[in-house]
Amino acid sequence: MRGIMTFDGAASRRRCLGYRRRILDISQHVPALHAAGAFSCLEIVDTIYHGLMRRQVGTPARFVDTFLMSKGHGCMAQYVILESLGILTRRDLELYCTPSGQLGCHPDYGVPGIEASTGSLGHGLGMATGMAYADRIKGEDGRVYVVLSDGELQEGSTWEAMQMAANLKVDNLAAFVDLNDMASLSRMSETHPAFYPVLDKLRAFGWEAAEVNGHDAGAIHDAVMRRQGGRPFVLLGRTVKGRGVSFMESVPIWHYRSPNKEEYAKAIAELAEVTS
Amino acid sequence: MRNTFADTIYEAGKNDKRVAIVVADISPAGSMQKFRDEFPERFINTGVAEQIMIGLCAGMALRGMRPFAYTIATFTFYRPFEFVRDDLCYQNLPVTVVGIGGGVAYSTLGGTHHAQEDVVLASALPNMTVLAPCDPAECREATLYCVTQEHGPVYLRLGKAGEPDLTSRAVDPFAFGKLRYLRRGQDVCILGYGPIMKLAADLAAKFEARGQSVSLVSAHTLKPLDTDGIMVALRRHAHVIVIEEAAPYALGLRVKALAWEARARCRLDVFSLQDAFIHTYGSPGELLAAHGLDLASIARKVGVE
Repeated sequence: MRGIMTFDGAASRRRCLGYRRRILDISQHVPALHAAGAFSCLEIVDTIYHGLMRRQVGTPARFVDTFLMSKGHGCMAQYVILESLGILTRRDLELYCTPSGQLGCHPDYGVPGIEASTGSLGHGLGMATGMAYADRIKGEDGRVYVVLSDGELQEGSTWEAMQMAANLKVDNLAAFVDLNDMASLSRMSETHPAFYPVLDKLRAFGWEAAEVNGHDAGAIHDAVMRRQGGRPFVLLGRTVKGRGVSFMESVPIWHYRSPNKEEYAKAIAELAEVTS
Repeated sequence: MRNTFADTIYEAGKNDKRVAIVVADISPAGSMQKFRDEFPERFINTGVAEQIMIGLCAGMALRGMRPFAYTIATFTFYRPFEFVRDDLCYQNLPVTVVGIGGGVAYSTLGGTHHAQEDVVLASALPNMTVLAPCDPAECREATLYCVTQEHGPVYLRLGKAGEPDLTSRAVDPFAFGKLRYLRRGQDVCILGYGPIMKLAADLAAKFEARGQSVSLVSAHTLKPLDTDGIMVALRRHAHVIVIEEAAPYALGLRVKALAWEARARCRLDVFSLQDAFIHTYGSPGELLAAHGLDLASIARKVGVE
């Protein structure tokens, strides 16, 4: 299960800068944007869409493979990418969280580009496993990519799915964990020290696993390209919640909050390409 | 019913490659073993893990398959409730959640294995269909409906084993969403669903022994409920009786509400499980009797003892 062989890291950094800017723009219309959780997984999601998922020819983009945002609150990362691909419209994003729009704070099945409804944590990996397994037994060449938060690894259902994906040997499934260490209340490394090391736990459950800097798109892509296959693959991406805006980084309030006008101006002024 | 379900799903699986069974560590009954042997890729055992049972079914349904989640009712439905709600109902996916032993069929296993409130909870879920056939033949019809239907998720509440035939001489065929008259009369109408229909039939015989003419009705489709059919029954009979092996907020309460809407003038008696857990062990009949659901008690209350 390999994606697109060549991947331009510099182009990814430019795209992600644009996405961060776009997300901050949208933040000025809604009180709760979940921007920080989107910022932490942006490079991961961009790499999946631009470096791994295979497209059919045509516009707007249509994918052969499937993306699920199991950490549904990070969906702004997905929305801005779907907008850039022409799958969602500029107006869709302008109407975010309004009665006349179709996008909310969590992905909703039926919206263009959204393959399953998430929002309640711990659901995505199970559905992704079912999709990948169905593709395999139907003889279809679908690959399923799913992004989880580290908080979702606290859900028992995620570990039920971990077990079954490994038992069923669904090697057309790749999971990415956004290891930003921040739950909405506090740092996981402080409240759940027994959670670590994560990599060993995933391997013990029968998955092929690797860990990289989750803001380094090139490293993310390389890690997937290097996978051996024959079983499900999980990539841990070490990330920083709110990455890209200094005052948002690892500060819990930005899990939900949108910046006010002053904060917005300050954030826009300091945005730059995230290099690692 | 368990064996009939297994035989039916095996037949359906032979003809329809979309059909898959996802069980959570329950011993395969009847032809389930044949299904497992012949279609191993479409038979998955998740082990003692019910959330992934529903999650897998959702993912497979999102890929166009027709999965059946199958284990004891308390574990197919209560344990992964939020997965049934979000993955199946919210996304409106054609997955059948099969609850074996709905009610108190697992009568020696204690309250953890009793599905008393399943009908009420399942009926409260948007997009959910609720079916509860009364005998093996009706179980077959309901199962075949689940395979071919295009509506969305179904909670299929089944008995366990040994249910007698009640429908082979029914005046109505099985029709989804419609009350099914097993026989038609003028004076009394007894509505029920699931294996407790046998008790309803015994009660009907008592009325008939007194020369009264009885309609005996299987309300197998609890959602969407045949509200028009119920209002007709309320208007046409002088005495309507509901008997159900479920918490007291299910069919009985619905019929009472419809009686108001229909301006019904009939006598209406409702017999349900009580709003209480059962700490009794014995046969299903003995447990039902502990909540007043036995022929003698009901006959006395409706005046045909």
